[in-house]
Amino acid sequence: MPATSTSGTPGNRGLRVLLAALAVTVLALVAGAGTGFAADVPFPMVPKAAAGTQCVEDPGFMRTNHMKLLTHQRDDTVRKGIRTTQHSLQGCIDCHAVNDAAGKAVSHQSSEHFCVACHEYAAVQPDCFQCHTSLPSGQSGGQAAR
Amino acid sequence: MSDDRTNPETSRRDLLKVGAAAVAAGTLAPGITLIAPAQARNPADPASAKQRWGLLIDATKCVEGCTKCVTACNEEMGLPDHGRDATDPQYIRVVTVRDPETSHSKQLPVMCQHCENPPCVDVCPTTASFKRADGIVLVDRHRCIGCRYCMMACPYKARSFAHEVATEQKPHNPRGKGCVESCTLCAHRVDAGRDPACVETCPTGAMLFGDLNDPNSAISRKVKDVSTATIRGDLGTKPGVRYIGL
Amino acid sequence: MAAHSKSRIVYRALDAKSSGYWGLIAAFGLMALIGGGAAYTMEHAGHWITGMNNHVVWGTPHVFAVFLIVAASGALNVASVSSVFGKDMYKPLARLSGLLALALLAGGLAALLLDLGRPDRLLVTMTNINPTSIFSWNVILYSGFFAIVAGYLWTMMDRRGSGYYMPAALGAFVWRLILTTGTGSIFGFLVAREAYDAAIMAPLFIAMSLAFGQAVFMLVVLAAYTWADRPLGDVVLTRLQRLTGIMVAATAYFLAVQHITGIYAAEHRAYEAWLLAGGSVYTSIFWLLGVGIGIVVPLVLLLHPQMGGNRVAIVGASIAVQIGGLAHIYVIIIGGQAFPLVLFPGMEVSSARFDGVVAPYAPTLPEVLLGIGGVGVALLLLTIAVGALRFLPESLADEVVDPDHVPAAKDAAPKDGADASHEAVPAPAE
Repeated sequence: MPATSTSGTPGNRGLRVLLAALAVTVLALVAGAGTGFAADVPFPMVPKAAAGTQCVEDPGFMRTNHMKLLTHQRDDTVRKGIRTTQHSLQGCIDCHAVNDAAGKAVSHQSSEHFCVACHEYAAVQPDCFQCHTSLPSGQSGGQAAR
Repeated sequence: MSDDRTNPETSRRDLLKVGAAAVAAGTLAPGITLIAPAQARNPADPASAKQRWGLLIDATKCVEGCTKCVTACNEEMGLPDHGRDATDPQYIRVVTVRDPETSHSKQLPVMCQHCENPPCVDVCPTTASFKRADGIVLVDRHRCIGCRYCMMACPYKARSFAHEVATEQKPHNPRGKGCVESCTLCAHRVDAGRDPACVETCPTGAMLFGDLNDPNSAISRKVKDVSTATIRGDLGTKPGVRYIGL
Repeated sequence: MAAHSKSRIVYRALDAKSSGYWGLIAAFGLMALIGGGAAYTMEHAGHWITGMNNHVVWGTPHVFAVFLIVAASGALNVASVSSVFGKDMYKPLARLSGLLALALLAGGLAALLLDLGRPDRLLVTMTNINPTSIFSWNVILYSGFFAIVAGYLWTMMDRRGSGYYMPAALGAFVWRLILTTGTGSIFGFLVAREAYDAAIMAPLFIAMSLAFGQAVFMLVVLAAYTWADRPLGDVVLTRLQRLTGIMVAATAYFLAVQHITGIYAAEHRAYEAWLLAGGSVYTSIFWLLGVGIGIVVPLVLLLHPQMGGNRVAIVGASIAVQIGGLAHIYVIIIGGQAFPLVLFPGMEVSSARFDGVVAPYAPTLPEVLLGIGGVGVALLLLTIAVGALRFLPESLADEVVDPDHVPAAKDAAPKDGADASHEAVPAPAE
């Protein structure tokens, strides 16, 4: 390779411009975040559960581990027939149902649904409701068996 | 209380009372459990191989043109009716069987036979099709990839494929597009000590549900008394569903 | 003969700058894209928009997929024959043979896997394996095929790998036989269906793989060498032609044995009567397309003494074998499912759900497009590869391929006379 001039070869020049643009963008974002831009970042409005009830686990634990509970419990229930209510999905839905203005529970099609509110924010799409009803027992297709 | 304990007359009376109660309980209890319906299993306990759930269907009592078991199942399991016969799901169907030699005609309901050697379980590539310890054959729809090989393998055409997006599912029967589904012997009811929906609905009492492993259950006693057969018994699948008048 | 024939073969990538080449890439790419679009539509709306239903659960995409997968295994035959069976004449074509096998398998799997009800869960087949399921075995066999054939190609194309050439060749050969047996057993293991439940389906699929695979191979060779204007002699082409003809005959043999046995066995007779003489669309497909176009026409074009080396005949036969192959797979997969499942032998059965009647099925557009999309993926991969790497010999002229070849007595010069390096013809060998 010949010795580079101050402006570099055409390929090098393009690369330098690109790197500079990247650096400026990153710095702008970081600076913007530091100047209170964060105040505009949406935070998930997690709906409150049914009044007077206590979740089966502590909220911090649930936030980190609810997915592990679900993936473990579902095998226990489907493959082994263990149907404890403590970690039952329908149990969660029953308690965490959110009602609309008319008093009817919203389904996962609505952004106000308990699971959807947080998952929309986190941009993680769970596929539970492709099969499971997202409505509480009694308001879904029918009564739960028990 | 301490006075009674020191008085020998009272303590002997107490002992007699307790003793009589114990003997009475011991005599009556087995009889009560015989008459009582199937007990709900403790929800925390897994299904056990000690039980083998089965059905006994009396085809001679099945009324021509009656499809109440089918309607009950569709309602119980939240199965949709899109008006597309070829692709709509069915867990149970009524089949009319006519002997061309004698012109004798009968009808009977056919559902998943909950075989002891299920071909569908053998062929499933992901172990989604499985047999629960108590003999109920199920599709684990968390694992099903929708390849439909089990549908090819089933000798009874018991399985359906969800051909469209599912809505308004029942809480006890989650079902969704792209997975295979079939009769669950109403496992959610069975685990709670109840009969499957079809059995409960049948107006002529043609269907009987029970534990084939329990020699004292109604179904076990009946299959010992009356001649029963299984569909395509020659295939060696050993169905849990037996028929009278096949 | 082995030593000097190997050293004289020069491999060169196809000219990737020609407009014809880019036209092919565009065409195959478009086919693949349309197939992808069809798959997306099917996955989004659900399978109710297709012709597949609860009675005919596998349809046109599976017909294409199984055809491509079966052809993939057979396409490797030229490489196997050159290495395991020591026929040096085919060695120049071994690289293309391996590549075509990989491309066809990729295309077949694309069509198959995109038709799954839940293709997003594909990885579950790797994390949960069922040792009694031939499908699970096929997952291992197909993945392993990619690895083994890729390794085999490496031993052929990279000097550092040449030491492993024979073990790789043998491994690929054995693996391919097990794989095709596994594909045939998908159907052969199904006891419940009258059309299946036959051990002969495994060797039938092996014979079909050799016929289809070699037919595709010959077509690819002819197309590539004609369009790239490279010399292609008759020697290797004629040998391939005869070999393919023998494979078509073998397929006919296994088909005949399967159906005659079915007619003989009372248990299977109803299905055979319906298929072979029932007058349904499956009867027509079997006889006209499957036997007529798929077997009789190719046998004549491939094995007739006067057709030797006739390139029009070879092209015609290749296309006929492929049409016939698709027809046979269609009859096996769809015909086998359409015939009613027998729950009560000897009885007339009816229900609200197609018991006792031939199940309805007609191919629909999304299914056909997905199947064609699989073909597009295969051809796209093939075209990209031959343009990027050295799979194709510069020349397949007779002298290059077979240095002991004696040209026909009346010809003073070689037939093609292109840039073949002309050696003084030695005294007739053998």
